[in-house]
Amino acid sequence: MHLTKGEEAIYKGEFGATKQKAMEILVSLGDIYGANSLIPVDSAQISGVSYKTIGDAGLGWISDLGARVEVPSMLNPAGMDRENWKDMGIPAKFAEKQEEILRAYERLGINMGCTCTPYYIDPPKFGGHLAWAESSAVAYANSVLGARTNREGGPSALAAAIIGKTPCYGLHLDENRAPDVLIRVVDKLHDSDYGALGYKLGEMLRDNIPLFQLDSLPTHDELKSLGAAMAASGAVALYHVVGFTPESKSFDRPKERLSLDLKDIKEIYGKRSGSDLIALGCPHCSTDELKRISRLLSGKKVTTDLWICTSRWVKEQNPDLVRAIEMSGAKIICDTCMVVSPASERFERMMVNSGKALKYVPSLCGVDAVLATTEDCIRTACD
Amino acid sequence: MKIKGRTISRGIASGRALVTSKPISFLGGVDPLSGRIIEEGSELFSEIIANSVLVFPQGKGSTVGSYVLYQLMKNGVAPCAMINITSEAIVAVGAIISGIPLVDCLQTNPLDIIHDGDMVLVNGTEGYVEVIRDYKNETSK
Repeated sequence: MHLTKGEEAIYKGEFGATKQKAMEILVSLGDIYGANSLIPVDSAQISGVSYKTIGDAGLGWISDLGARVEVPSMLNPAGMDRENWKDMGIPAKFAEKQEEILRAYERLGINMGCTCTPYYIDPPKFGGHLAWAESSAVAYANSVLGARTNREGGPSALAAAIIGKTPCYGLHLDENRAPDVLIRVVDKLHDSDYGALGYKLGEMLRDNIPLFQLDSLPTHDELKSLGAAMAASGAVALYHVVGFTPESKSFDRPKERLSLDLKDIKEIYGKRSGSDLIALGCPHCSTDELKRISRLLSGKKVTTDLWICTSRWVKEQNPDLVRAIEMSGAKIICDTCMVVSPASERFERMMVNSGKALKYVPSLCGVDAVLATTEDCIRTACD
Repeated sequence: MKIKGRTISRGIASGRALVTSKPISFLGGVDPLSGRIIEEGSELFSEIIANSVLVFPQGKGSTVGSYVLYQLMKNGVAPCAMINITSEAIVAVGAIISGIPLVDCLQTNPLDIIHDGDMVLVNGTEGYVEVIRDYKNETSK
């Protein structure tokens, strides 16, 4: 890989050990994936935040770093709501370790908004290069916003944040953004159908790029759900939707084709009975989603635990919605989610409206998961 | 015998080889306190990787594996060097942050020429590997 004089100096250690390590990470990954050079990034989004995921191993490394990030950088969800962790049933020991991790990141100049939806806070621009790690945010930024990022790991995103650059390979290059397969969905889809579709397709698609031809008009939230599920059950980092996503017309239609209908998608849904936690907001809820949930909850009382996960930023933007939702007895949970917080592990069966949560909750929380529509989730919570 | 490869993580170290033909998951596969391989079904099950030259095709499993390598290093039980057939991001990043020399893409498949117990030097800075003493030949003499 070709390095500029400035990059070479960092690589030789002239700007300290942390920057040197960060540069070594970028150079080695660039060599592994065939990059010719580094390119500047507009922002970084770093995974590996929850103490549940990275443990003492990750905490040790992050605490030892000594540098400041060069570009705006945000964090993935942590393991708890930083304000209401006690209500969530988080042990004090965990909270202490979690705060240690967050302080270590803060010391590097990273924004403390812990969310998988950083694009609501600081929307990337079309064509802008990023180094983002959260897989659903990667899919959203690439597909819906037309920005460019590979699926980074925690340390590579952090290295990119510290240097302000990332190796130029994969989805940073035009030629790697063309669709591989055309997927025609012949029925109208709504709400959780998109998560179910993504859940079903991810495994088959692996890291291929689908081009969707849909009969329905998806909302941004529905596209968010589709991409998150494909990124979880597979490794999809970019998809196109005819007539919707900004690069859908930039390429020839792929020869490989596949057709699905609602019957294929409905089989992903489970039975409504027996859930002791209903959790919405995977990925974190947008303002529109909070509005819809608030409408559905209006005049109702929650009888089964109902969590609504969102970013602290979205919560703070919508005090009236938050109040209306909390009147029902539902809990708004920030900085974390049902997947990365150990608080969800005490439940038996979780009802979700997200294909991504359906994929991860059983393996990462050891809790049964069942997919339902948002309406059914609310109805079940208030039964 | 000197074999040319590719630099993934810089540094120079030598030690006894510990060889497996299967990918290693550091998260859940290696105990960070003792450096013992705890993955059921591993060819190296219950072996201690501390101070060895660990030879394996590549990493697998969770990306948190990078941090486990760092923890092994902090606890003084990390391999002194590593050799991969083709490195991927988890082990590459783990080696770099932990200062463990790592070379991959050797001209000859390392699994064919390096055996358990061989004395091996890994020069991650210049990107080569040297088998200093062949343990098998020595013991059969």
